Amino acid sequence: MIADIPLIFSLPLIISCFLCLYRVFRGPTPADRIVAVDILGILVVGFCALFTIYTPRKFFMDIGIAWAVLGFIGALALAKYLEGKGFDE
Amino acid sequence: MSEIVLVIGKIFLIVGLAFDLLGCIGLVRLPDVYNRLQASTKCVTLGTCFILFGTFLLSDFLWKSILAIVFIVMSSPTGAHAIAHAAHRSGIKLWEKSVVDKLKEDKK
Amino acid sequence: MKKLVLGIISFLCWMVLTWTLYLPSLLVGLVVSVFIALWFGDVFVERAKNFFQIKRLAYLLYYIPLFTYYCLLANFDVAYRVLHPALPIEPGIVKVKTTLTNTTAKVALANSITLTPGTLSVKMTDDGYLYVHWIKVRTTDVEEATEMIIRKFEKVLKEIFE
Repeated sequence: MIADIPLIFSLPLIISCFLCLYRVFRGPTPADRIVAVDILGILVVGFCALFTIYTPRKFFMDIGIAWAVLGFIGALALAKYLEGKGFDE
Repeated sequence: MSEIVLVIGKIFLIVGLAFDLLGCIGLVRLPDVYNRLQASTKCVTLGTCFILFGTFLLSDFLWKSILAIVFIVMSSPTGAHAIAHAAHRSGIKLWEKSVVDKLKEDKK
Repeated sequence: MKKLVLGIISFLCWMVLTWTLYLPSLLVGLVVSVFIALWFGDVFVERAKNFFQIKRLAYLLYYIPLFTYYCLLANFDVAYRVLHPALPIEPGIVKVKTTLTNTTAKVALANSITLTPGTLSVKMTDDGYLYVHWIKVRTTDVEEATEMIIRKFEKVLKEIFE
């Protein structure tokens, strides 16, 4: 049972990604850029979910779960970098 | 029965996409790091959870997406908290029209 | 006890991820969960026997709809503030005091604050003070802010985790 989801449904996500990229380019402080990159990581999980519906293969959901976990670790590492500490504290 | 499930799944999908878009508009429009972090974290987390729940309904009860919802709800606020704390520690100021900053007052 | 709980949780995650009852797959998952439980069981939650108390699980089931309701409210609040042409925000960092002592409960409280209307937890001190960024500051007093921001979650979280 595959629902008929047209690919036009991913248009809001694409616009959201471009808004995040605008913030990455224009952000006046490094923290703005880090926030935008973190949000971009969560949007990619949404893309993975849409592709799970759109294609008959289900392995995109596994990619989404892995991306969620790795994006969380990346956000923590970037926060440590912003704070000016080493990664082992 | 399955028709109703498909319609509900599509509604969840559309609402989630709208929330994602609103969160990213907030990321562009709001004035400083903390406000941006608030708007984008709230809206994008719940929007992506709605998209994943729509996926759960639309692709024949795929339970992996519930697992992904649990991961995102637990990890995304923690990342936001870490970034906010790091930004305040590294001395990034609040917006100039902000009312009060208790954390800075207590640090002195 | 901790190791048993962690093993059960990781085996359930494995079963949901593979979603099959094929026997070799289940055996591989069992071996991996036993290894994970033996290695990382010591750094898991402090009082693992609380997982088997019916009252706490019932309060957890009550907490999930409450949290979802406030989460939805937060999203409509953000949508209103973002789409309003004049940006009706008055941000500031206020201070609240929590009476929770358990580490897991504090983490759950901070995450709930971040996802509910208008607030974002910035820092948590060891003696129970929380610094919260509020997008529309209504009061700067510690007691009133505590009443307005965290009272509704604290009661339920105390039943679940303490």
